[in-house]
Amino acid sequence: MTNPVTVAPTNIKQRRFAELFLLLLAIAISTAGYIAASLGYTNAMPTDLWLVVGVCSALFLTAHLAVRKLAPYADPLLLPLAAFLNLIGLVLIHRLDLADAARAERAGRAIPRADAIAQLTWTAVGIILFVAVLVLLRDHRILQRFTYTALVLGVTLLILPLLPFIGTSINGARLWLRLGPLSFQPAEMAKLCLIVFLAGYLVVKRDALATARSRVLGVDLPRGRDLGPLLIAWVASMGVLVFQRDLGTALLFFGLFILLLYVATERRSWLLLGSILFVAGAGLAYFAFGHVQQRFDVWLYPFSDPNGTAFQIVQSLFGLAAGGVLGTGLGLGNPQFVPFAKTDFIMATAGEELGLAGLIVILMIYAVLAQRGFRIAVSARDAFGTLLAGGLSIVIVLQVFIVVGGVTRLIPLTGLTTPFLSYGGSSLVANWIIIALLVRISDGARKPAPPVRPSRDEALTQVVQL
Amino acid sequence: MNNPLRKLSGFAAVLLIALLINLTYVQVFNANSLRQKPGNSRTVLSEYDRQRGPITVGNKSIATSKPTQGQFSYARTYPEGSLYAHTTGYYSLLYGASGLERVENSILSGTDDRLLVDRLSQLLAGRAPKGGSVQTTLLPDAQRTALRQLKGRRGAVLAIDPSTGAILAMVSSPTFDPNQLASPNAATEREAWSKLQNDEDSPLLNRSIAQVYPPGSTFKLVTAAAALSTGKYTKKSSLFGPASLKLPLSNNRLPNQNGKACGTNNKTTLENAIRISCNTALANLGLVIGNDVIADQAEKFGFNQSFDIPLSSATSVYPRDIDRPQTALSAIGQFDVRSTVLQMALVAAGIGNQGVVMNPYLVAQTRGPDLAVLDATTPTVFSQAVSADVAAQLRDMMVTVVKRGTGQRAAIPGVQVAGKTGTAQQGNGKPPHAWFVSFAPAKNPKVAVAVIIEDGDGSTEISGGRLAAPIARAVMEAVLNQ
Repeated sequence: MTNPVTVAPTNIKQRRFAELFLLLLAIAISTAGYIAASLGYTNAMPTDLWLVVGVCSALFLTAHLAVRKLAPYADPLLLPLAAFLNLIGLVLIHRLDLADAARAERAGRAIPRADAIAQLTWTAVGIILFVAVLVLLRDHRILQRFTYTALVLGVTLLILPLLPFIGTSINGARLWLRLGPLSFQPAEMAKLCLIVFLAGYLVVKRDALATARSRVLGVDLPRGRDLGPLLIAWVASMGVLVFQRDLGTALLFFGLFILLLYVATERRSWLLLGSILFVAGAGLAYFAFGHVQQRFDVWLYPFSDPNGTAFQIVQSLFGLAAGGVLGTGLGLGNPQFVPFAKTDFIMATAGEELGLAGLIVILMIYAVLAQRGFRIAVSARDAFGTLLAGGLSIVIVLQVFIVVGGVTRLIPLTGLTTPFLSYGGSSLVANWIIIALLVRISDGARKPAPPVRPSRDEALTQVVQL
Repeated sequence: MNNPLRKLSGFAAVLLIALLINLTYVQVFNANSLRQKPGNSRTVLSEYDRQRGPITVGNKSIATSKPTQGQFSYARTYPEGSLYAHTTGYYSLLYGASGLERVENSILSGTDDRLLVDRLSQLLAGRAPKGGSVQTTLLPDAQRTALRQLKGRRGAVLAIDPSTGAILAMVSSPTFDPNQLASPNAATEREAWSKLQNDEDSPLLNRSIAQVYPPGSTFKLVTAAAALSTGKYTKKSSLFGPASLKLPLSNNRLPNQNGKACGTNNKTTLENAIRISCNTALANLGLVIGNDVIADQAEKFGFNQSFDIPLSSATSVYPRDIDRPQTALSAIGQFDVRSTVLQMALVAAGIGNQGVVMNPYLVAQTRGPDLAVLDATTPTVFSQAVSADVAAQLRDMMVTVVKRGTGQRAAIPGVQVAGKTGTAQQGNGKPPHAWFVSFAPAKNPKVAVAVIIEDGDGSTEISGGRLAAPIARAVMEAVLNQ
């Protein structure tokens, strides 16, 4: 017979040294990558090697120490996996900086500011927020109190870029906030807020939602009263995103809504309803919006206009083909030919210089990260924790699939950042908060339960206890 | 909630596998085809870094890679500028390649399988990889003359050696300077490209092989060849040639250009009908012998298929399964008959070469980087289009055209020239195209040539003789003076 919840604490391992070892391995591999990029591109060792490695090591070791102190029972894989992706992203961005600098020099322009420095700064901000979440949020259940605050905040964040003065259009999509010198993409934070809202809301309403009140076209629909807030959140995020022309985020949020509803209610009818809505929505968007139609046509026939509308995807495919199985080697390809190589198309850069082999490694890391996330969700001791961890994992899976699938022409291209790899502060910071939340939930799930205080109500269960 | 979560975990695995399968397809199975796509600047770049072999005319390079400073190790230059533009094609970082630069790319870039041993030895010796060379069959004088003659007009000239099929001149006007598209400066290249793309006269189009035109009266040679080959006609045979011919099954009449009958009592000989380019006589002849006979003859000359010289030609068309009025029009090269300039040059060359049409070719030989010959073209027969006897009769009629008929401006003092004019109606109010096909010397010819001037300025048969014949003469002279 297995023991109930109150297990003796002695056989729970903290596994912090495994985390440290993997973290050092991640730093070592990406240091090798940093050297290889420099050797490949300029035939010289990087001059600032020890400074860069020192700063990165200090950042991630700080994060490690914070986990040791604040969440000692957390899953030991989360931090090293995220750190590895973040570091590889820095190497790739640095490598593209080298190409940008060379191009500026040839054209006689001033050498642009290195984006890798900015990304490193954002990494520091991300780590600080990671630690801050662990310090301030000693128990993830506190977040449940902010269910509706999160809804309001998330929807507000989504609407902000549409407002005059602070909203800015970059590359045709109005999804940026400009505050002085800083620009910020609030959809990344809105994503977090909506997960918190959905988890908190579904914990309370899942029984009501699972109880069918009316049957429409073979689908059991819950009461309108239970569905209301959900519909408001859904319509608001979809409407705003369609208005902002951010198809990638719209797709991500839609998938998150449907899958989390499925998890909460355990009803497959949500998947069916979701699929119907998706097909209907996609069809409607195809006929209603020129840019959706264009994306779709470019996906099907990229080589009918390789220098026009299909330029991005065609260049991306050329990059991937140039990489082949083993890649050209860091610094030896031409990933800068792909537009937005540092952001949306960072996986094309990785595919060209690190090859299929490198992409498999990166995708496997995402897979392990998501798999750990689902495991944390299953092992969480409370329903809110389960839904929160589940939502965070779903977002990682969907986001990677949408962006990598788009870049490799498996699905139509929609703009999204690749978690941890892509250049961009908002995305990086939001993803570090995701990792911090998963660390917090997994710590809560694995740490020994507090000693049981005898009480009258629990008198019966006392008998079972050893 | 655990059960759905486990299923989602499995769903994530499915998505991952889908990504991996797709990536394997893109990066492994489809990679080669993607690398070969036109406009793939990575492939061009990697080829830029090796010394691309030259394209030559005789021993002179018309496309060559020179060592250069800057982003690339080599720069592609075309020393003769626009003169050989449609032969070499362009070799652009942004827009891919055309012409021989494209079809002979494996030799020029050194990636051909036959150059594997060279590549290995270069690798072992630590030397930079080098491409092979492509030698064309062109004659510089003929080429230069043709371009000069076409200056300021839209048109094309194609000259061929009738006994071998070697192409001696291939000029399309207006032309372009491939150097502009080989510039290492992307902005310059983009500007040149958009200018060429937006030019109404389409300078990038190779009008000598890639464009089809109604052949007009030059096609009467094929109809005459078909009639003679039946054995029921000679050049002295009497034909019905009224001022206008009532087309069967309709009330339409096909008139002669000058509105007159082609002889007394509406009678004329085949020879005279060709000499004055009589529409009614040849149209009626076509009706008598039937469309299938003409179509068979046309296909023996090369219609209804394309040639790889190794540049691919457009397919010249002679329609089958048409009604009788359409047959009458087709017999004089109108209705849906379409021909490349190359195709009409082959008709003239075949007649000059005792009825034997040789396969046309532009590449004399290819050599490896070590100058060893990889492939030397040996002339091959395409078909025996007509018998030597029929060819001789056609030749005699063409000699008469130049001596006393519509093609007198093609005459070269001291040399017997055989030729045929053509004026191809375009309909829709546009002026007709002016054609001329010829070969010289008439017996044992050294050169056959076809010329087209788009939208010639006259509306009569004179147009072909007046505009195109002098160009053909100049090009033939340039070859004969070698």
